[in-house]
Amino acid sequence: MLKDFFTRKKYATIAVQAKTYKENPTEIKEIEDIGPVSNTSYDKIKDSRINPRQIIQDIIDEETFVEYDRDLEASNPLDFPDYNTKIAQAKEATKEKEAVITGEGDIKGERAIICVMNPNFMMGSMGTVVGEKITRAIEKAIEKKLPLIIFSASGGARMQEGILSLMQMAKTSAALARLDESGLLYISVLTDPTTGGVTASFAMLGDIVLAEPGALIGFAGPRVIEQTIKQKLPEGFQRAEFLLEKGFIDKIVKREDMKDTLSKIIRLHSRGGEVHG
Amino acid sequence: MGKILEAEKLVIELENKINELKELSDKNNIDFSHEIYILQRKVNVIKKQIYENLSPWQIVSIARHQDRPTTLDYIEILIEDFIEFHGDRYFGDDSAIIGGIGRFQGLPVTIIGHQKGRNTKENIKRNFGMPNPEGYRKALRLMKQAEKFRRPVITFIDTPGAYCGLGAEERGQGEAIALNLMEMSRLKTPIISIIIGEGGSGGALALGVGDKIGMLEYSIYSVISPEGLASILWKDAKKAEEGAKVMKLTAKDLLAFGVIDKIIKEPLGGAHKDKHLAAKNIKKYISEELKALMELELEELIQKRYEKYRSIYF
Repeated sequence: MLKDFFTRKKYATIAVQAKTYKENPTEIKEIEDIGPVSNTSYDKIKDSRINPRQIIQDIIDEETFVEYDRDLEASNPLDFPDYNTKIAQAKEATKEKEAVITGEGDIKGERAIICVMNPNFMMGSMGTVVGEKITRAIEKAIEKKLPLIIFSASGGARMQEGILSLMQMAKTSAALARLDESGLLYISVLTDPTTGGVTASFAMLGDIVLAEPGALIGFAGPRVIEQTIKQKLPEGFQRAEFLLEKGFIDKIVKREDMKDTLSKIIRLHSRGGEVHG
Repeated sequence: MGKILEAEKLVIELENKINELKELSDKNNIDFSHEIYILQRKVNVIKKQIYENLSPWQIVSIARHQDRPTTLDYIEILIEDFIEFHGDRYFGDDSAIIGGIGRFQGLPVTIIGHQKGRNTKENIKRNFGMPNPEGYRKALRLMKQAEKFRRPVITFIDTPGAYCGLGAEERGQGEAIALNLMEMSRLKTPIISIIIGEGGSGGALALGVGDKIGMLEYSIYSVISPEGLASILWKDAKKAEEGAKVMKLTAKDLLAFGVIDKIIKEPLGGAHKDKHLAAKNIKKYISEELKALMELELEELIQKRYEKYRSIYF
């Protein structure tokens, strides 16, 4: 029943996803892991989610993309029950080895480091591999003096890697502090959904924070909040437009305009994103 | 009184028997001192056995014990001339995080910690130790102040997690935590963090990016609460006990992962049995680590802090 669905006790940074939502609300079913939100149709959710390979194809100039650390794979550091199976299923479903793709390529002729999370790989959750790949990409940006772009799409820290997932928040943020000290540009692009430990670390640390229209962006998932405050959330709460109004993002950019916008911003920061002088 | 651990019941029964014997011996002038001595020794052995073999879930219940000493308890014992400071200068003051300055063994320091209430009334005021963004922003303000005046920072961690409310989201809970992580990682002064109770996810980490992390023996630190884990994975929050077992949230686990640097011993039965002893052990740890950290060049300090987090697991 719908009622049970909302009253089920949850705590974390991670909510459960509505798989289908038609006229009849009893048809709500959940798929495991995390994600948005009850008041949006599944089709809309599905369409709004990024496909990381497609994003790279859309944003990066043809034949300029060089992928980093493609073979870095999750182990099971906590020996967590069923985690190996889940990883295997995610690999099978996405044909990827982890929940982020990192690399470098040109955006209208300007070289940049790019990371794109994969919302379909265990909900884009961040474990040790995601944290490590992003940290390496940040360090590469520092080394090569290139601007950094991260497309976030994540339910948050990956539970199955426990405290080690949490520590990835500190690790990526510390690397971004170094990028900042180097005077290099970091553009964070928030896509649907960006929540939990990813919001509470690198996603919110951009010099410039962009978001896709309608993206769910928050720290706690909507359902966790509803259970905490014991009332329904207002329409549009935690959507990109709401965050823009509250002052947490710089600009909402449609996917078809993303490449242009990124390219303009990068050019305005001079070649490669290095500080003038 | 707090809830009693299932395993403690036998101990309490035995202790009651000892007291009865004592009364009996006083009343009737019969010397039971030998019997009392033997019983007392047995109790101690049993106690030791219990507390050396606690399950993760039992440790969770000690970490959350309502009589467990809080940040303010430790400040009262360890810090002279403590002055609490308030407010983030943007929105308000969050009483789920307290901070201020004082002296630790004569040395001026900045102290920041999550603050749980010691009873229901206090807990409502303190929001059960679950901060809003302004709490994290106050903490950052005080850390930057410490950096300016070259004071070391001591943080005490004890929260179920950052608050999940409407206002918290509107005012940027994620941004507030993220900024603390980034700024702590490069703060130009030593930071020592002590996990004194519950280390609940990002809300705990936002005060926890220290040069050295000590953890009280019966504290916990995890990415999600055991209840949260159970409800997501097994759709049943009541399986929290099982959750606690698989998620590796005890001090021993975290030391093995290199997430913390030291397990700080607690009195038998937990810090609430003797907060002065717990505080004494914390004091020793801070004192030793602070001395070592203050000998480092600033650059070396920041470099080591970076490497500490950079190398976790990979």
